[in-house]
Amino acid sequence: MDNIILNAVIALSGIGVTAAVVLYFVAQKFKVIEDPRIDVVEAILPGANCGGCGFAGCRAFAEAIVAAGNLDNLNCPVGGNTAMAEIAKVLGLEAEEKEPLIAVLRCNGSLTNAKPKVKYDGPLTCAFAHNLYSGESGCPFGCLGLGDCVDSCKFDALYMDKATGLPVVIQDNCVACNACVKACPRGIFELRPKGKKDRRIYVGCINEEKGAPAKKNCEVACIGCGKCVKECQFDAITLINNLAYIDPYKCKLCRKCALVCPTNSIHELNFPPRKEKLVEKVDAPTEPAPVATEG
Amino acid sequence: MSAQAFGARGTGSFPRGIHPAQAKHHSAAAALEVLPPPARVEIPLLQHLGAPATAAVKPRDPVAWGTVLGVASGFVSASVHSPLGGKVVRLGVTTLPNGRHVPTVAVAAEGEQVAGQALWEALYGGPWPTAGLDELTPEAIGAVVREAGLVGQGGAAFPTHVKLTPNPAKPVDTVLVNGCECEPFLTADDRLMREAPAPIVAGALLAARAAGARQVVIGVEDNKPEAVAALRAAAEGTGVVVQSVRTKYPQGGERQLVLSVVGRIVPTGGLPLDVGVVVVNVGTAAAIAAAVLRGRPLTHRVVAVTGPGVVRPANLLVPIGVSYREVLDFCGGLRPEAVRVLSGGPMMGLAVGDLATPVTKGTSGITVLTAREVRKAAETACVRCGRCGEACPLGLVPTRLALASRHRDWALARRYHIQACIECGCCAYVCPAAIPLTQLIRMGKAMLPKE
Repeated sequence: MDNIILNAVIALSGIGVTAAVVLYFVAQKFKVIEDPRIDVVEAILPGANCGGCGFAGCRAFAEAIVAAGNLDNLNCPVGGNTAMAEIAKVLGLEAEEKEPLIAVLRCNGSLTNAKPKVKYDGPLTCAFAHNLYSGESGCPFGCLGLGDCVDSCKFDALYMDKATGLPVVIQDNCVACNACVKACPRGIFELRPKGKKDRRIYVGCINEEKGAPAKKNCEVACIGCGKCVKECQFDAITLINNLAYIDPYKCKLCRKCALVCPTNSIHELNFPPRKEKLVEKVDAPTEPAPVATEG
Repeated sequence: MSAQAFGARGTGSFPRGIHPAQAKHHSAAAALEVLPPPARVEIPLLQHLGAPATAAVKPRDPVAWGTVLGVASGFVSASVHSPLGGKVVRLGVTTLPNGRHVPTVAVAAEGEQVAGQALWEALYGGPWPTAGLDELTPEAIGAVVREAGLVGQGGAAFPTHVKLTPNPAKPVDTVLVNGCECEPFLTADDRLMREAPAPIVAGALLAARAAGARQVVIGVEDNKPEAVAALRAAAEGTGVVVQSVRTKYPQGGERQLVLSVVGRIVPTGGLPLDVGVVVVNVGTAAAIAAAVLRGRPLTHRVVAVTGPGVVRPANLLVPIGVSYREVLDFCGGLRPEAVRVLSGGPMMGLAVGDLATPVTKGTSGITVLTAREVRKAAETACVRCGRCGEACPLGLVPTRLALASRHRDWALARRYHIQACIECGCCAYVCPAAIPLTQLIRMGKAMLPKE
């Protein structure tokens, strides 16, 4: 009886020792030498694994940085300039100061501006609805209001406003990870510079139709009239396919374009209220008479 | 006639598929009527697959029946013509049932119109020659078909001249005329085959001449015995074979029909042309005859107005560009219980949001459904029963494809051949978990990145 137990203990111990020796040499033979800096860089990164850098998570991004040996075209939008500067310090590199970006919704086709004409009762995702019809308002470019962007956001920076039927960007939470830009089947979101004091001006519409059909479906559509292009003194606005686009890197935030827009499709965010004289003009933007402003 | 019948070798059916309720009783008995000419039509310049036509008229231009309104802007494109005599009102934009905004030409009727029986006689009535068609050269037929703006009238609206243009690398031996109309509810092709078999036979022979085919077969589902009898009588002595095939959805899909009738399998990613077959719809065949033998461009088509939601279901010859509302009003309007108007049938049709939408060359029917037909179950998780795979006429695995689409896994979608899907709707029809499989796959096809 004692023998059996003793034999078993000896045999198993023998197997264990042999296996340990074999495993030791195998481990030496196939050792993977990993750059210890990868772990350091990864620790600095936010660890959100959002994919905003274009890599499959923070670890992959850290590996890419260490392998590349420079920081060209590599940027963590979530960590921002602070994280990138810290990484640069660890690796002994130079980090370029990047202007922080934020997502903006280029559509103002709310339930009141673009009145729903039909009722959609299909599956409630935008990607789906986009392939079935043009939208409840009839605008083939506008927001479908089913919230694929909200679902894609990992930073709680988007919510659906029930009153307007449009998603809203929460400025403090948005890290410009690009997820909503990719999730929107109509490409309505755009990453734009946050701007001085968070002030931004952009065209809140991506409808490329001519004026009449665009206006038919939405009160605040860009009708491609070109008034803003003429008004802009900095050549920041271009008109392509009946749609105005404000280049944020040329724009000097003078706000004159927003005043002349006949459909109020140019949005200004976080500006102080206008002075009296200007406010009057804003109040009556739909009046057809004041054409002579350019003359 | 050179069209020698050397015997179809298909079994008259294809694997898998489904048997939905046919629901043809609503309008099958209603004889074809001619819609009175509307006061105004709005004709989309893009009614076909391919590039939109370019407007050839300006507002206030006078037009007659058959005047070219838009010229084809490329090889895969089709011209559009005025169905009315009158004046161009404006160049506008309209929304098609698929959600696309397309440019249109609006024409207001002025003066006397060809209408009623005279219109019917001009397009379908009277004698149609079936002999002596060899005197026309294939090039001449192809050119006329192209100028007449002919597109497939079965639904996809592919320009017909593209199919008929001979390709030396892919010789054609069979013209297969599709008279299946497997979509539930619709009866437009059925009535056309019963009431105007002669132009269909003549058009089929012309298509064979243009494509260089030796064999002409008309495939008709066996739930339309009257149509088969009428076509057989008209095809007497012409060499055209009328073959009755099994009633099963989607028998009218061209891949399925080629297999059923000719016994050849169209390769994945290929066209019937790859196995030497050209498939045209019966309406298209009749339009080929009207264009080549009578010089009539495609300005009118037969539309089934059917379903339990319409007061008086009918089969109508309507001008292209007339609004759905006018067509429905002629049929007594909608019943109060009507909840959805479809362009096409319930399996592949699209819901119409605005009744001002114009009828196009590809509108095979207007189906009006009530709450009873459109009730839908809540989607639940896939139970892995495999019924979708048993139903798919192409032998795909819809549940995997839908999963890949939902998660944007394009490598998986490609591996399972997402682009082979014909969007027939069989998988979604049989799914006990009410997963919108067809729609998901459709979404995936649209979002699939280009290789």
